[in-house]
Amino acid sequence: MSTAVTALTASGRLRIVVALARRGLNEVLRVPGASIPGVLAPTIFLLGISSVFGAAAKLPGFTADDFKTFVVPVGMLQGAAFAGAATGVNLARDIERGWFDRLLLVPAPRLTLLAGLVSSGALRSLLPSVVVFAAGLALGVHFPGVLGTLLAFLLVMGLSTCLACYATTLALHFRTQQAAPLMQMGGFIAVLFTPAYAPADLLAGWMHAIAVVNPVTYVLQGVRQGFVGPVTWSGTWPALAAIAAMLVVLAALAARGMRQTGR
Amino acid sequence: MIRASLALARRALRNTARRPQFAAPLLVMPTLFLAANVGGLTRSTALPGFPPVNSFLNFQLAGSMTQALLLGGVSSGIAVALEIEDGFFDRLVISPIPRVAIVLGRLAATAVLAFTQVLYFLLIGTIFGGGPEGGVIGFAAIVAIGVIAGIAFGAIGVTIALRARTVSTVQGIFPLVLVVLFVSSAFFPRGLLEVPARQIAAFNPLSYIADGLRNPIVGSVSAGPVLEGLAAAVGLAAAAIALAVWSLRVRLRAV
Repeated sequence: MSTAVTALTASGRLRIVVALARRGLNEVLRVPGASIPGVLAPTIFLLGISSVFGAAAKLPGFTADDFKTFVVPVGMLQGAAFAGAATGVNLARDIERGWFDRLLLVPAPRLTLLAGLVSSGALRSLLPSVVVFAAGLALGVHFPGVLGTLLAFLLVMGLSTCLACYATTLALHFRTQQAAPLMQMGGFIAVLFTPAYAPADLLAGWMHAIAVVNPVTYVLQGVRQGFVGPVTWSGTWPALAAIAAMLVVLAALAARGMRQTGR
Repeated sequence: MIRASLALARRALRNTARRPQFAAPLLVMPTLFLAANVGGLTRSTALPGFPPVNSFLNFQLAGSMTQALLLGGVSSGIAVALEIEDGFFDRLVISPIPRVAIVLGRLAATAVLAFTQVLYFLLIGTIFGGGPEGGVIGFAAIVAIGVIAGIAFGAIGVTIALRARTVSTVQGIFPLVLVVLFVSSAFFPRGLLEVPARQIAAFNPLSYIADGLRNPIVGSVSAGPVLEGLAAAVGLAAAAIALAVWSLRVRLRAV
């Protein structure tokens, strides 16, 4: 078995990653109902938060013309968070049903299997974020331009990959779908403890302190820049660096969980 | 029936206590949402039309309680769906207990959970300077509205579980929980909500439950909001329990 693993070529590993990603996407097509909560939740969040806190845009110092424009990027990142969590929930279901044990018999490195699992999360994040983006435009939100749009979706997929790693770690640890709230909560909170509702200068002192050290703040600002102003390199590189740093840490944890599974 | 209901309630609470990591989100999620709202929008109290309150935390506590109680209802539904999926429900049905105890036992456990949730948020408020200002009567009013509302939400969760019979479907109602919360005055004054949420909030019982919980927190007790909150909670609970019992009978006919 170990010989087979080491003999697997790069193209062979890539085929496994693609196959696992396709399996994740097939679920979207075969069981569309299962994707509805992940699409609905961030869309409802966008519409709900705009309806409830819309008057906050009248506060002195608010940096967007209207609240909806300000929170559309938050809704897109919430979509990424839900898609990432769904990867973990689906893995937990596969563990419960024994499918994951059969997957582990595949003569491929665990890292390859992990890459396949989380890449499906990255692709699935496009579904809720596109819906939120379209809903925002329909509500009159400022179009961020082609570059701003592409950057926004790139960062959404990056964050979803990070959160898929986080959810995978939890799924491998708890091995039950009952851990779903824990998987969903991590991303949900990471996105909210940022300048999600108001510019940094209007946050309470303690929230400002958290937002500064929260890497998702920089991802949010990277996504938001095209909606509230021009896209700049100085607004982009911190977002890319934050994604890279989170990916290194969370992927390492997930890889450790994969290696320990079945031992 | 009472003994069977209490035994089932104790079992439900024991199961919750055994796996606290799965029950924790019922408190942690609304707490973090409370923190995010307060930290992000603390200056909202300066908006024209915002009612006089000591702090935005004071205003938000009732919204967080309502959110927690709703999540408790979803959790009760998930627990019943799990019992259906793993076969425990079928074993209960053939055991010599009144069938309605299956619903009442679950709702008794939900009531205990709701009481805990209300106390928890009052404690959070007190620790961070937003404690209830309505005295003992205010405290009793908050507990009464909170526990009855918790039972109502639990009965809705049980109804959905008995009809859907799968955990994933019950979990799928989470977005709907957000919808009913957002079209209420749970998180912001009704007069400052955007249209059409403002109009819908006037007909949403959650608005009256949240306002009833809020009144004794932000000041001395006023009969109007508290009685309206109590009436909304009692009305919702009566309708939801009737629906849950009816769903149980429909389910039993299918077994």
